[in-house]
Amino acid sequence: MAQFVMLYRSSDEVNRETLGSPEKAQATLTKWRAWFKEMTEKGELKVLGEPLERAGTFVVGRKKMVTDGPFTEAKDVIGGFSIIEAADLQHAARIASGCPILDAGGSVEVRPIRKFDL
Amino acid sequence: MQDAERLFRREAGRLVAILTRLFGIHNLALAEDVVQDAFERALETWKFHGVPDNPSAWLMVTAKRRALDVLRRDGTARRFAPELERELDSEWTRAPAVEEAFESGLNDSQLRLMFSCIHPRLPEEAQVALVLNLLCGFGIDEVAAAFLKSRAAMEKRIVRAKKTLAGSKRLFDFTATDVAARLPAVQRALYLLFNEGYHGASAETPVRAELCDEALRLVHLLVEQRLTAVPATHALAALMNLLAARLPGRVDAEGNLILLVDQDRSRWDHARIAEGVRQLDLSAAGDELTVYHLEAAIAAFHAKATSAAETDWGGIVAVYDTLMKVQPSPVVALNRAVAIAQRDGPARGLEEISRIEERARLARYPFFHIAVGELSSRLGREDEAQHAFDKALGLARNPAERRFICSRTATVPARPRL
Repeated sequence: MAQFVMLYRSSDEVNRETLGSPEKAQATLTKWRAWFKEMTEKGELKVLGEPLERAGTFVVGRKKMVTDGPFTEAKDVIGGFSIIEAADLQHAARIASGCPILDAGGSVEVRPIRKFDL
Repeated sequence: MQDAERLFRREAGRLVAILTRLFGIHNLALAEDVVQDAFERALETWKFHGVPDNPSAWLMVTAKRRALDVLRRDGTARRFAPELERELDSEWTRAPAVEEAFESGLNDSQLRLMFSCIHPRLPEEAQVALVLNLLCGFGIDEVAAAFLKSRAAMEKRIVRAKKTLAGSKRLFDFTATDVAARLPAVQRALYLLFNEGYHGASAETPVRAELCDEALRLVHLLVEQRLTAVPATHALAALMNLLAARLPGRVDAEGNLILLVDQDRSRWDHARIAEGVRQLDLSAAGDELTVYHLEAAIAAFHAKATSAAETDWGGIVAVYDTLMKVQPSPVVALNRAVAIAQRDGPARGLEEISRIEERARLARYPFFHIAVGELSSRLGREDEAQHAFDKALGLARNPAERRFICSRTATVPARPRL
């Protein structure tokens, strides 16, 4: 088994889609809670993770330039992350395909955590 | 899990009211943005960690922080609520002013926004749409559904209405003279809102209890405010409580409509009846007699009766007689005729129906034909009954009405001829 980070990516548009009305907000919340529960029960969810603020700061280069970003209008901003356990990348992708963010037009970036093997 | 849908709906109205109070009505869009932002934050966090024990407080605190950020950040570029200008400008008084708006100003903010929405330059439907959207937290889709309008048409209407609202100099000022002048329109808007839920011509369900609940919540705000708690407001509150009390008996488990005379009265909400009666007593102060008084009086006759047979139909007919003098309409005349039929028999009822002036205006109202069908059927005139029910069926506005009429037609031929 290997571990994978899932990065939940979405845009403002996607957020509006999932929160356009109280009904949609309720539906979105229910779907996410059910999905996390399912992964937990199957033993797939290693670290629940956390939501991230939409904007922060970039510190760039040798000059250590500090700039704002990413801009909230940016197409896809990482809105949160979780860590799962799966047999391989294909399996991890299958797990990620259950993520409710996809229904709203967002995406999940799945990245294997590099192993430190001797 | 807590019902986030209801929570968001309820809190949206409260937060927009408070924030508009702080930011000023001209910054309505900004207030809505801040609320939206607070909801997005809540949703993002709750997705991972579940809904907290006290979600309302969570949203309040989030919105409060965001409001302070905005006031601090935009303080020089924007003008906020003119009446709070001095408090909000100073670093020392800003936080306490915001705190106070969130802690103690809730009802006051909602009332002021409600009165602002009933803008004299807006048509009635736009006023009610604004109340639903801003104070009740209904999305555009839901407001459109409430009025059987397309989403695009309703969005246009609401956007335009909000522009009018944001063009006001300030939120409605709660001074005695202004309140008295606008209160009747506010009462009327809430009455329409309630009726939309109670008799609404929705395609899906015959009753949308949620619209009734919102109208009740808002009318209780009026009842609790000294300046708005006049007899007519109490009468309106009485009417809403007495009618809403019957909602649990109005449809059966399959969603079928049940006529008042056939309803299981043990299912009525007796707490609401008690509140309705209490409000009706309060409405009797003074010598003002409004349509709300009369309609509430009729509803009270029904609420007090243990069955259709035990009902004081004579008393009800008398109130309808007065109602016909105060605000005559074909629908009131029809209801009066039905009450007369209960008191004096179906033949008298049909006679009264045939005497209704402007009867043509009822031609497209399914319950007119249902009444004619019922009374004809009770007299054993099956052909006439069948004809009337067929007409009603063609006019039915939702599946529940259709099923209801079918259940009636089925009983026609089964009745023995006398």
